[in-house]
Amino acid sequence: MPPETATQPPDALQPVLTGLRERFGDAVREIGGHRGEVTVELDPASLVEVATWLRDDPAAAFGHLSDLSGTDYPERPDRLCVDYHLYSREHNVRLRLKVRVTVAEPRLPTVTGVWPTANWHEREVYDFFGVRFDGHPNLVRILMPEDWKGYPHRKDYPLGGVDVDYIGAHVPPPDTRRYKGGWTST
Amino acid sequence: MPGTGSGLEKLPGGILVTTVEKLANWARTGSLWPATFGLACCAIEMMATGAGRYDLARFGMEVFRASPRQADLMIVAGRVSQKMAPVLRTIYDQMPEPKWVVSMGVCATSGGMFNNYAVVQGVDQIVPVDMYVPGCPPRPEMLMDGILRLHEKIRKGEPRGQLVLEPAASTRTGQEA
Amino acid sequence: MSEPNIDEAVVRPGEALDLPERAAAEHVTLNERRAQQVIAMGGGDWAEVTARAHAEGDDDLMVINMGPQHPSTHGVLRLVVELRGEAVISCQPVVGYLHTGIEKSAEYRTWVQGVTFVTRMDYLSPIFNETAYCLAVEKLLGVEAPPRAQALRVLLMELNRVASHLVWLATTGLELGALSVMLYGFREREEILDILEEITGLRMNHAWVRPAGVSQDLPDGTEERVRRFAGDMRGKIDEYETLLTRNPIWLERTRGIGHLSVDQLTGLGITGPMLRAGGVAHDLRKAEPYCGYEQYDFEVPTATDSDVYARYQVRIAEMRESLKIIEQVLDALPDGPVMIADPKIAWPARLALGPDGLGNSPAHVQHIMGESMEALIHHFKMVTEGIKVPAGEVYTTVESPRGELGYHVVSDGGNLPYRVHVRDPSFVNLQAVPVMMNGLLMADIIAALSSIDPVLGGVDR
Repeated sequence: MPPETATQPPDALQPVLTGLRERFGDAVREIGGHRGEVTVELDPASLVEVATWLRDDPAAAFGHLSDLSGTDYPERPDRLCVDYHLYSREHNVRLRLKVRVTVAEPRLPTVTGVWPTANWHEREVYDFFGVRFDGHPNLVRILMPEDWKGYPHRKDYPLGGVDVDYIGAHVPPPDTRRYKGGWTST
Repeated sequence: MPGTGSGLEKLPGGILVTTVEKLANWARTGSLWPATFGLACCAIEMMATGAGRYDLARFGMEVFRASPRQADLMIVAGRVSQKMAPVLRTIYDQMPEPKWVVSMGVCATSGGMFNNYAVVQGVDQIVPVDMYVPGCPPRPEMLMDGILRLHEKIRKGEPRGQLVLEPAASTRTGQEA
Repeated sequence: MSEPNIDEAVVRPGEALDLPERAAAEHVTLNERRAQQVIAMGGGDWAEVTARAHAEGDDDLMVINMGPQHPSTHGVLRLVVELRGEAVISCQPVVGYLHTGIEKSAEYRTWVQGVTFVTRMDYLSPIFNETAYCLAVEKLLGVEAPPRAQALRVLLMELNRVASHLVWLATTGLELGALSVMLYGFREREEILDILEEITGLRMNHAWVRPAGVSQDLPDGTEERVRRFAGDMRGKIDEYETLLTRNPIWLERTRGIGHLSVDQLTGLGITGPMLRAGGVAHDLRKAEPYCGYEQYDFEVPTATDSDVYARYQVRIAEMRESLKIIEQVLDALPDGPVMIADPKIAWPARLALGPDGLGNSPAHVQHIMGESMEALIHHFKMVTEGIKVPAGEVYTTVESPRGELGYHVVSDGGNLPYRVHVRDPSFVNLQAVPVMMNGLLMADIIAALSSIDPVLGGVDR
């Protein structure tokens, strides 16, 4: 499938986006697209309602939650961003939902009632970013030890490497040695 | 009886005499049973070493004992994460003496390419290692070479590996002490 | 007590898991109670757990810990199993014993170096990890790999799929008692590893697929070798089927075990052979083709029973289909470069075999050292700084042997990835464990778990 830079969404998504704007107009903050993928940014409070509609409405039929991933954008005030990647087997189309929360108030409603597969994904986002999902049946750390402090995938959490000493050379840990941005300024 | 054990001596009449310790060491290398401690990619190469082509059975080692109580050798095959480290030590403690440890692969030896918060930078911080086998993952022949060198080491009665009690500097994991 | 109903065992938030009398008495769901339990390795906490179980007046209830060091849990997976006699009441997986921080490490390496990290996640199917990552990077870049590179990617992916299914067959057979299947599986896998070593240089963790191409072309004689292998392999798969498919012991141990309905499969997000064994003909190679899969003719095998035996049938059939694809790739292999021509993206030096081993080709070294200063600067910048990928985020998927392998990659326009998140199929498929194990016997846990085919490197990343 050749990658496209066009911002036109696929045809199968048009009724979905129209429906979203009509029913949840105030909850939809932004609809964007990049490389043929469509991202809908939502108000966190309306997440479960929109998710349920996207799963049940026959024009959308997003019965499959492929992925639930977190990203940390420290330069933004609402720095913790959670992305929901949805897939519709009937229409063979994908959609991304995006919600953002702050570190001071990192709460989101859980979607395990809509897609039970979100269970472990939400535990992982909690483990690595500290986002708490209200209503989750078992929100404990999943990959780090249960008593670990800190949220490793946040940008202010160190990579935690050690210095490596060779005979005649000393290599500092990876997060200190490479100049991010490259050798040129652009 | 020959006093200082200088190896095998032939007394008149053709009787071979050796020290008991040398005999015991030779017997130990004959069937050094490994404990299953395959963690990641190196575990697959360890299984391939035990399989048909690179046959560990010719060294008496194809029975990977699941229970550490029955094992002599722990081949730490793969990266050891922070959560796994206490398990590693527990399994090592459960093995009866004499026991040896082979650290297979660079992740077990020194943390490998994963120089970060999640991986223990070398299992010799947790268990004393007798043989380090580098590679990512080491070929089955490399693992067998390491095991055969360990056999030599055992046969000669060389001293066992040491715990590296001083971890490398600046391990910043974000954890308060 | 009555047997728990398998079909109603989907865990919904706030609901108890098939022990209604206990949950009603305490007004606490089983999952909430588990969230309060701390099950540690020491003897002290263990005594607490068993004491609690006994205090509830149920003397038959045993809490058994399987793993993380266990011969049959496919890696460092820990299962906390509550048993009444031999029957499983509940089975909770605990993961994280192989967490390596690969996703965070990738943020501190260049885009091309990221390939070496992601290849070690799902270590039984490294080519799939690399290909999915490189497809994501290419999508961000807005480029495509040359046709020959795409065909070679398909070739190695299908070889890797056969190898992965062979390991699955070998370990499943070993765990269910068919010890010779282990030897057969690894014997065939060695053939595939020889081919992969000839093409990529390594037996595992190849780091061969690069953004916008692959690192090296096929050496001479590889095509005949792969063709010969594909022909031999068909006969070997027939041998496995002769041994297992109508074997009464195999049937007894795999039929009816670990059933999951289609709703459960979809709700739990399960993809791959488990979903196809439930009757859903969903394969990403057909639904969202990548790397030119649309030009190859193959079927998507499905089964209806959705038990361990059905998954076995699906994986055997998938091996056969992969061999078909391999032969079609070789027949239609286009000529051309294996790396994109754009000098700002392509890895600068071709590798060549010299008297001292494999390294930069002498022609390239001559060019950068003697002929062109610009080429030298270019080589330097490409190797140290890496490629610059335009800002944006994408989500690409491939059909790995375990299901949908997805990469959510975010770029901020620089030479290092901003965020690489991997949707690993084993991570999602393992959520089926608590649901599948209801009503099974202890020995069936092993069969059901191995039918999921989890690879803990991908689960824990």
